[in-house]
Amino acid sequence: MSFATAAAAALRDTQLRHNLTNATSTIRARRSAVVAEVPDWEALRSEGARIKDSALLDLDRQLQRLEQSVSASGGIVHWARDAAEANAIVAGLASDAGGGEAIKVKSMVTDEIGLNEALEAAGIAAYETDLAELIVQLGDDRPSHILVPAIHRNRAEIRDLFEAKLGERGLSTEPSALTAAARRYLRARFLEVGVGISGANFAVAETGTVCVVESEGNGRMCTTLPHTLITVMGIEKIVPRLSDLGTMLRLLARSSTGERMNPYTSLWTGVSEGDGPRAFHLVLLDNGRTEVLADEVGRQALRCIRCSACLNVCPVYERTGGHAYESTYPGPIGAILAPQLAGMREHTSLPGASTLCGACYEVCPVKIEIPSILVHLRGRVVAEGRAPRGEGPAMRALGRILLSRRSYEMAQRAARIGNLTPTQRLVKPLAAWTASRDLPRAPQQTFRGWWRANRA
Amino acid sequence: MRSPWSGRTAPAGPDRLALGRTVRVALFIACFNDTFFPATGRAAVEVLERVGCSVSFPEQQTCCGQLHLNTGYPEEAARLAHRQLRVLEQAEVVVTPSASCAGTMREHYPRLVGEVPPVHEFCSFLVDVLGVEDVGARFPHSVAYHPTCHSLRALRIGDAPLRLLRNVRDIELLELAEADSCCGFGGSFAVKNADTSTAMLTDKVRHILNSGAEVCTAADNSCLMHIGGGLARQRAGARTMHVAEILAAA
Repeated sequence: MSFATAAAAALRDTQLRHNLTNATSTIRARRSAVVAEVPDWEALRSEGARIKDSALLDLDRQLQRLEQSVSASGGIVHWARDAAEANAIVAGLASDAGGGEAIKVKSMVTDEIGLNEALEAAGIAAYETDLAELIVQLGDDRPSHILVPAIHRNRAEIRDLFEAKLGERGLSTEPSALTAAARRYLRARFLEVGVGISGANFAVAETGTVCVVESEGNGRMCTTLPHTLITVMGIEKIVPRLSDLGTMLRLLARSSTGERMNPYTSLWTGVSEGDGPRAFHLVLLDNGRTEVLADEVGRQALRCIRCSACLNVCPVYERTGGHAYESTYPGPIGAILAPQLAGMREHTSLPGASTLCGACYEVCPVKIEIPSILVHLRGRVVAEGRAPRGEGPAMRALGRILLSRRSYEMAQRAARIGNLTPTQRLVKPLAAWTASRDLPRAPQQTFRGWWRANRA
Repeated sequence: MRSPWSGRTAPAGPDRLALGRTVRVALFIACFNDTFFPATGRAAVEVLERVGCSVSFPEQQTCCGQLHLNTGYPEEAARLAHRQLRVLEQAEVVVTPSASCAGTMREHYPRLVGEVPPVHEFCSFLVDVLGVEDVGARFPHSVAYHPTCHSLRALRIGDAPLRLLRNVRDIELLELAEADSCCGFGGSFAVKNADTSTAMLTDKVRHILNSGAEVCTAADNSCLMHIGGGLARQRAGARTMHVAEILAAA
């Protein structure tokens, strides 16, 4: 389905529209307040971009350093070319660890590769422990926001879901009652399940330290209580030095939740005798990322630290929500990342899902030039023959007309013939314009006509 | 910068005080203004001449290539951009009443054709280059200013249009809520994603009507064509007008 078609359905969902307007405006206001507190915010953004670029442009060496440092601290590194390889590795490790169950930290990358479904097929039950991800999982639903996956749900829906799926009775819709119900369910999992699975916000090449950032503490339960911890990370999550985390964590918390510091920042380096998991596996996932890196314009997308600031300011996302993007990564970042990760073979309508208003670039903590990349990817979609039918010939014909003054002026005269059509009903593809907007009339005298008569 | 016209009831002649000589300006009108909004071009010429510029119109001009570039046709866009550079190569200063075309040349020409014409958006040229904030206009209507995305975030012309509007006699300038959120035009977006575009337009129209303004103005007729088309369709009782046309009114 194209974005336009999926969006048309989402736009009619009034509950979704209300939730989105409230949630995004609240997060936007919080973000701008805490960003305004930082006097050197612009310098910090530049530094964040520089750190990510320094890792990405030296990725082969940095990854080998990471492998060495993780191995030296007792972890085991696995390399996965694509989703299937990563899923097979994780399923194999979880099976070997026994128990047939795993608890999960909220992670985008495991959603990207469809890990939960793969584990289920391998006979392993994976439990999401992030409250919003749990809501999504219990509802057999899809996340619709990077940071707030259940942004499309309201409290009454969540109460009903918990009563249906967690055996709760007489729950109120108070947030404290809902979180208490989730806690009753999750505590048992934390104490019983022997395998934890996480993604990674950052991994430090020099030390082998992995970093996960969260708000609830449930992530830390998953990374500390089980005897086996498996982390899946996209290879772009690497930073060269431990000190780089200082910059990245300042950028991330303020950009994502609008907090000065996020409540839980977990850092671990391999395994430690008598403390935490006894086995640590790090799965390094490519899944299209090296192809993105090969595109000199598009590669900036790999700087992304998944803060979701661009979603919260995007006027398109604010109205359609995340499901319309039909991708793990929605919003402006999804529009440049999803098609690239798919080798421009899928999600090809997403680069068009933007007015190029530039709000996303202004808030991006690592200065990804999203509007320019959208324009670049629109060019790739056309060049690879995936533009809507008829568009290419029309655009090329128009291009030729505009290349000569004579044909341009003839076209201007032809535009006045358009005045004979009604202002409210055009034929395809311009019918989409007149569905909600009147057409302007072309006046009898063009500007150049006036100029020739009065000034030339 | 303080306008040489400040405190006067009407401007009195060429702005030689500010620059020491008459400024020769080449007007880039933009193809859709030329065809659909010629009044904006006439107004821009009127205002530029009023503040002492000598205006020329290189008649070979057609299109800057924005539509092709933003729709995914960079080769066609580059051909148009090369042509644009040739057409404007004699110009000392190029002024255009289209913020998005100025933005395209400033923002994308470096990557596309490796060169940028000396182009300024109309309001920004008056305020930031000439130092003029009062052009001697009178417009007895209530007006809400919509900062278009390209003027705001690509060109960063800041409050140049507002500075000019504040000095218009008898104007009632009204606050527009969520002014800097996009109106939903976005070129081919308006057609390819018409439903989302319309949802954004609805909110913009609501804010315009809530402001109580009779006229919504901006530095770009492409956004105004979209907003104005929506206002007209809904028989909303408000209309759109390019800033240049308000500044030319007397």
